[in-house]
Amino acid sequence: MHAESEIRTPLILGKKTYHQISEDIVRPIEGKATKQWYMLLTLATCCFLWGIGCLAYTIGTGIGVWGSNNGVDWAWDITNFVWWIGIGHAGTLISAVLLLFRQKWRMAINRSAEAMTIFAVMCAAIFVVLHTGRPWLDYWLFPLPNQFGSLWVNFNSPLLWDVFAVSTYFSVSLVFWYTGLVPDFAMIRDRAVKPFAKKMYTLLSMGWGGSARHWSRFEEVSLVLAGLSTPLVFSVHSIVSMDFATSIVPGWHTTIFPPYFVAGAVFSGFAMVLTLLLIMRKVYHLENYITVKHIEYMNIIIIVTGSIVGVAYLTELFISWYSGVEYEQYAFINRATGPYWWAYAAMMTCNVVSPQVFWIKKLRTNLAFTFVMSIIVNIGMWFERFVIIVPTLCRTFLPSTWNMYHPTFVDIGIFTGTIGMFFTFFLLFTRYFPVIAQAELKSIIKSSGQEYKDKAKHHAH
Amino acid sequence: MSNVTIHAIFDDEVPLLASARTLRSNGVRIKDVFTPFPVHGLDEAIGLPRTWIAICAFIYGITGTCLATLMMWYMMIHDWPTDIGGKPSFSYYMNVPAFIPITFESTVLCAAHGMAITFYLRCWLVPGAKPKNPDPRTTDDKFMMVIETKAENRGNLEAMLRKDGAIEINNNNFKYRN
Repeated sequence: MHAESEIRTPLILGKKTYHQISEDIVRPIEGKATKQWYMLLTLATCCFLWGIGCLAYTIGTGIGVWGSNNGVDWAWDITNFVWWIGIGHAGTLISAVLLLFRQKWRMAINRSAEAMTIFAVMCAAIFVVLHTGRPWLDYWLFPLPNQFGSLWVNFNSPLLWDVFAVSTYFSVSLVFWYTGLVPDFAMIRDRAVKPFAKKMYTLLSMGWGGSARHWSRFEEVSLVLAGLSTPLVFSVHSIVSMDFATSIVPGWHTTIFPPYFVAGAVFSGFAMVLTLLLIMRKVYHLENYITVKHIEYMNIIIIVTGSIVGVAYLTELFISWYSGVEYEQYAFINRATGPYWWAYAAMMTCNVVSPQVFWIKKLRTNLAFTFVMSIIVNIGMWFERFVIIVPTLCRTFLPSTWNMYHPTFVDIGIFTGTIGMFFTFFLLFTRYFPVIAQAELKSIIKSSGQEYKDKAKHHAH
Repeated sequence: MSNVTIHAIFDDEVPLLASARTLRSNGVRIKDVFTPFPVHGLDEAIGLPRTWIAICAFIYGITGTCLATLMMWYMMIHDWPTDIGGKPSFSYYMNVPAFIPITFESTVLCAAHGMAITFYLRCWLVPGAKPKNPDPRTTDDKFMMVIETKAENRGNLEAMLRKDGAIEINNNNFKYRN
């Protein structure tokens, strides 16, 4: 048994046995859904359906129904794409990077964070698929032999790298998530009473039995998948940033983009994890597993990544001045003082200033405050992508092409729809899937459980 | 003499590990152990060889690297070299910096999925497979050791297991499949 310092805060509170953990995790699945759950699901589904309507309208009529125009040809579509894909990054960071660093606190949050990743990448994919204009021809993005003399896709283009990066990221995250779920599905299967539930969980658990041989392979698979996902997650947002950075548009053509995007992605992702978990722990009474300490750890990551993002913003400003390039300088002056100055101000306040309050311990352990902050950060990070895209494109080299961008109801509808879809899927996930990796949690109860830690303390004295 | 299968149930991993070590040092072969979570140190306690699955992943990864290289060389350099933005595609060597991202993604894609498929097939975790644990309690909070022994040794072995903290010993004819 790995001994842990008694100074470390316990990660599992209360008197918990192995059986008690199973009971606590299964309760939301075996019990009846609450009224709040149905209300939230209805709301989310309505948004989702509205989004599907706007999506169908876009496909039927063409992307002329969006606010994008000749000058500003990327707008909400790419803003939302980058925002969603960035949110996804926290899930992989928690499950892969924290696994490699042997951070035990990840175990209470990795399952739901990974679910968030998968749903967020699905939302992101909608925008990529749609923004091509003719989504029925999207198979052209793949290197398939074709009737045009086999005219292949352009492998020199970051847009194609993105196709490969995002599809790899989605499928690998899905496999990583599902593999972790299998032993937990088996636990639910073995205690299910209702025949239909038993049948479904038997199917989902695919015959898992927990044999020593299988556990040893399982652990190896988790470790190697974590090792593969770690560089993968950094590559995905680096490549997303190269969609901008390899262009010659002033304000986009900067080498700082890859690290700056990755830090921003983790920043916004953790904010979204906090938004979801703070509700989930309350609704499903998981306060003993997702403790204030977990929230505090995540808030610390918010300070770190928020500060990296802040430094990146300031570096960008400095370099544009230092470069002496007039166009580059104008791009940044325009962002801060041009027609979209309010977006820039929102971005700076939400992302750079506000997370700094988490240096105060009282605030970063205050749950209500954290919840509000997590939403502020999400808004700030949405504005960051908006600021990079729209104000830059509305004032490029040729003043005669300068024009403003106004979103239409379809732009707003599709974005609302993806938020609805995200929450619909997440609510269904919390109802039918084990929201905490209970098998992993059982393996740390003796080193990090409150009861065992107290016992060890008494022994020592 | 016929063989019998003994199922010894423990309610904690500490006596389980100790018991597994005692049995092994007495020359008893432990067929398998079913646990609700990965118990560290169990592999060597029951003498499991280290899994090869990481080496498989490496081989799949290398395959992915090669496939991506071959694909991009064929499509961009060999089959239809195009001059894009004044940057012609003359040779693989000249273009390779632009090919690195996709080569990397393909390596990860093949390594991860190859390894996952190997894992699921090797453990025979497929849709519709029957649960492999003989006792449903082993996914919750019980630990079960499966020992195959000659019928004459049974009494002796059961006494040893009880002394080491087994809370329940029984035998049945569960069909195992690894």
